[in-house]
Amino acid sequence: MTTALAITDLTKDFPVGKRLFGPPRGVVHAVRPVTLDVAEGETLGIVGESGCGKSTLARMLVGLLPPTAGTIKINGQPLDNADPALFGRKIQYVFQDPISSLNPRKTIRQIMEAPLRHLHNMPAADRARRINQIFAAVNLREEFLDRYPHEFSGGQAQRIGIARALAADARIVILDEPVSALDVSVQAQVLNLLADLKGQFGLTYLFISHDLAVVEAVSDRVAVLYFGSVVEVGPATAVFSQPRHPYTKLLAESAPVVGRPLAAPEGRETELPDPLNPPTGCAFRERCSKASAICAQIAPVMTEVADGVSVACHHPLTGPA
Amino acid sequence: MDQSQSLSSQTGRTRPQWMQASLNIVTYLARKPTSAFGLVVLALLILVALTAPILAPHSPYAQDLQNTLQPPSMGHLFGTDELGRDIFSRLVYGARITLTIIFLVTIVVGPIGLFVGTVAGYFGGRVDMILMRITDIFLSFPSLILSLAFVAALGPSLNNAIIAISLTAWPPIARLARAETMTFRSADYIAAARLQGASPARIIWRSIVPMCLPSVLIRLTLNMATVILTAAGLGFLGLGAQPPMPEWGAMIATGRRYMIDSWWLVTFPGLAILCVSLAFNLLGDGLRDALDPKQMNRR
Repeated sequence: MTTALAITDLTKDFPVGKRLFGPPRGVVHAVRPVTLDVAEGETLGIVGESGCGKSTLARMLVGLLPPTAGTIKINGQPLDNADPALFGRKIQYVFQDPISSLNPRKTIRQIMEAPLRHLHNMPAADRARRINQIFAAVNLREEFLDRYPHEFSGGQAQRIGIARALAADARIVILDEPVSALDVSVQAQVLNLLADLKGQFGLTYLFISHDLAVVEAVSDRVAVLYFGSVVEVGPATAVFSQPRHPYTKLLAESAPVVGRPLAAPEGRETELPDPLNPPTGCAFRERCSKASAICAQIAPVMTEVADGVSVACHHPLTGPA
Repeated sequence: MDQSQSLSSQTGRTRPQWMQASLNIVTYLARKPTSAFGLVVLALLILVALTAPILAPHSPYAQDLQNTLQPPSMGHLFGTDELGRDIFSRLVYGARITLTIIFLVTIVVGPIGLFVGTVAGYFGGRVDMILMRITDIFLSFPSLILSLAFVAALGPSLNNAIIAISLTAWPPIARLARAETMTFRSADYIAAARLQGASPARIIWRSIVPMCLPSVLIRLTLNMATVILTAAGLGFLGLGAQPPMPEWGAMIATGRRYMIDSWWLVTFPGLAILCVSLAFNLLGDGLRDALDPKQMNRR
């Protein structure tokens, strides 16, 4: 298996409180140096709570945000220039809110033609053929092409969003919470479609979600993000059946399960740390039951604890969860 | 074959929709008494300007020194001025001048305002800073004073008055377009367009300008009253249309001297200016409601 996408030390800082002269008042490290590899044909799930930097990471990967530092390599070729059109042919993005990602004043045909025309300079006849092909692949009828986005349900709109991403003919697709705005019944439909398309077109997915059940169902590997950095990476089955990082365990236990009473697994601080005054050492130590003196001093680094599983923790959990 | 069929079905769907939308707006405007008044006055103005040679009983320039300052009568509906010219005919021909001013100012101000506003709003940062400071400079003068300065520099004539008015009327449009653009530019579909390889120019032209257009259109319509009044004011001060052109403001200016004895010299051009600027204001108000999607749903 070859590496489709290699991220090395990708970082994004946002200056806060800009002043007319001199440096800004503070810096928020939205994404701390993140290093990830995604193999070709693989689905990498990225989980984490709100505000942990999932979307910032995703937007950097497609060039919508210029990274502060670090490199993105696609099939071994570096892409650090933040020009979305350059990224567009190699990596595409499916938005969380399907309706708002479609221009309300354009017909679906106009929306679908944009990537073919701008990224591939396709003549009109080829464009029509390609659109029909893609629409067939995502189970949408051709009549839809002349309608406007507000005429569609969320599930249909999301399939149009997926079709648009496919039209760009990129091998890597970033799915930014693609089903979290959809009904549960439609979620399954869209997830199945995504799985089909992956096989059909040989795609590589980066699946971002906060819904563990969804991530577990679709991912080959999972990366857990906390406070802008990856705390645990590993095969989906290994990470979910036996979490090594206390935060992964916390996430897994927070998910509601039928037959189990809903209880917050932690009573203390449940917020992310203040990004303007990040804690020293491990960012999770204030919420962690296993925190010790070393956690306050030294930030843990990623270390491989089992085959394929890496974790950034001084006291990784062992044994069945 | 397949291709041509789908193309024809596409145009077949979009054109009636576009026409239907404008028809909806017109019916909405006609249903409310105030905007209906604006619509009627505007239609009348255009009709009068088009049929001026038929409507006017006399030439607007024909002097009759035997019949100066005649009060309104059957022969001269609105009376005659100090040179014996028929005021009704001059008003009818003046409609053409007013329409020319409105038309030219709109086609100059709309695109300039939209361009400056959308570019500043989309790019932000330094571009925004520079463009908005230029806008501020224009905004910091009262519009009539600034137009006066421009006309004084360019020389008094109707064309220069139009240029001067246009130069002072675009900054509010630019501000408006910028504010609108800033609400759209972080939208998901703009990000999507960038990912599909659309250049900034294309995004501004194809995605942002259409979104800004309704509010800019409303603002332009509401501005028309000011434009007409500024044109009349410049005409009144002798810096706009030059005699013997039948411009309404200039007519009031020359009639001023005979105002006490011959009220009709200033009253009828004054009423014409009042009617047209009021009509544009009411039309602008109606348009604002008509183009607001929430209002559309309430119908």
